[in-house]
Amino acid sequence: MIDIVGLKKSLGGKEVLKGVDLRIDSGELLAVIGGSGAGKTVLLKHVIGFLKPDRGDILVNGVSVPRASQKELYEIRKDFGMLFQTAALLQSLTIGENLALPLKEHTKLSRQEIDRVVTERLNWVKLFNVENRLPSDLSVGMMKRAGLARALVRDPKIVLFDEPTTGLDPVLSSTIGQLIIDLHGRLKFTSIAVTHDMSLAYMIADRIAMLHHGRIIGIGTPEEIKTSKSQVVQQFIRGMPSIQSAESLLQR
Amino acid sequence: MRVLENTGDYVLNALQGVGEAALLLLRGLSWSYQALKYRALVSEQMLFSGVESLPVVMVVAFFVGMVVSLQTGQEMARFQLQDNIGGIVAASMFREMGPVFSALIVAGRVGSSMAAQLGTMKVSEEIDALEAMSINPVRYLVMPRVLALLVMMPVLTLFANGVGLIGGALVGRYQIGVSYYTFFDTVVRNIQIRDITSGLIKAATFGLIIGSVSCHQGLKAAEGARGVGRATTRSLVYSFLFILMFDYFITAFIY
Ligand SMILES: Nc1ncnc2c1ncn2[C@@H]1O[C@H](COP(=O)(O)OP(=O)(O)O)[C@@H](O)[C@H]1O
Ligand SMILES: [Mg+2]
Repeated sequence: MIDIVGLKKSLGGKEVLKGVDLRIDSGELLAVIGGSGAGKTVLLKHVIGFLKPDRGDILVNGVSVPRASQKELYEIRKDFGMLFQTAALLQSLTIGENLALPLKEHTKLSRQEIDRVVTERLNWVKLFNVENRLPSDLSVGMMKRAGLARALVRDPKIVLFDEPTTGLDPVLSSTIGQLIIDLHGRLKFTSIAVTHDMSLAYMIADRIAMLHHGRIIGIGTPEEIKTSKSQVVQQFIRGMPSIQSAESLLQR
Repeated sequence: MRVLENTGDYVLNALQGVGEAALLLLRGLSWSYQALKYRALVSEQMLFSGVESLPVVMVVAFFVGMVVSLQTGQEMARFQLQDNIGGIVAASMFREMGPVFSALIVAGRVGSSMAAQLGTMKVSEEIDALEAMSINPVRYLVMPRVLALLVMMPVLTLFANGVGLIGGALVGRYQIGVSYYTFFDTVVRNIQIRDITSGLIKAATFGLIIGSVSCHQGLKAAEGARGVGRATTRSLVYSFLFILMFDYFITAFIY
């Protein structure tokens, strides 16, 4: 279970998160939606301990992430998997080595066992015979899937997704969405997926929360969000420009 | 007033950078007990920073030896003292030219590419990805690089010393008119162990400087390609600066 309590953070002189409260139950997949620059990535970085809040707390199964020491953080993160916006595969390693790295570092598996797990996980995300290829040889969609496989290679209890479908066409996006659903069903991890892709959010999420101007302005099941009475939520999910952003564009 | 303030800020920033790089160095070295576990990474870095730098270092050292020999030889010939050039070429090669020129080449060739590589990794979230996998980037990236430079800089310097002597002897023989025998005889008679060890201590220190400065600049690179470019340039400038500063202090301390 992840509990985010009164999270505030200023970056570069700007208050990015103005008091975020969220609770994600065990096994739940919560999608956080919001425009670009809303602070979605900043929120995720707090959950995994890359950033420390100015105010508030993040509890992962009752353990405070901000108050953990560097050493404790490395322990906590062993239960985490994260898919980065850019996949963030290590460019100097092959795809196989990328997936093997966390296994080599944190398990006592033999080389054969590691190879077996790596191939199995690559197959889960529908990648075949890519173990010896470099990330730069792969298409964006394949890189995302390899990043997904790496995030899940140690059966994490918590998985964070940062824009899993940005930069992908609709077909690839729904492929990734379907993969996330399958893998979530298989591994039952607790998950936060941040995205501005509404169709992905509807597809994968148990609940959806909307982050706007540093606050959660609406939260509920996909159905509840669709029928939300909030004007901002309605504008966002229908892809309409908000009055404010249109005005600020005109002023420039 | 403005100028004073800016200068003050600049000095403070520079000092903070030095502190951070020194801290990174200590953290990197504190992981070196795991060098055996990460021997693949360490040897990869040794190959890159040492073996692949060897040709350039040797060519440069050869010319440096020739220049030193020619300069001092011509001067000393005016006083009929040219028979001593072997000792002088060796002393300046071993104490100064060998370690300093090797370090400047390695800083240019190896240090800047380390800064660029780590900077690119920082910008493309690869460092964050390591952190997310509970893999300490200092242990995984900094330790092998610093260790490789610490070991390979003295090795490169030994090669530079040898090749520089050969260059010096050739010039001595053909332009100054000192036989090989006389040249190397004065080398052996004038050189003390201290001349060689002081050069090697310098080389090792320079290796640590290049490794820590370059990794530090890379890891704190700002977003975007410009950030990486800036990190690369800075790693070069700061490495050069600290190499020459420490060169002075080590010389002053030992002699
Ligand atoms: N390290 C940082 N320094 C300064 N500002 C930052 C930093 N990281 C993020 N921001 C700012 O915080 C805001 C939210 O960023 P982010 O969380 O990346 O947005 P998104 O919702 O698109 O993921 C943006 O305005 C961004 O400029
Ligand atoms: Mg983002």
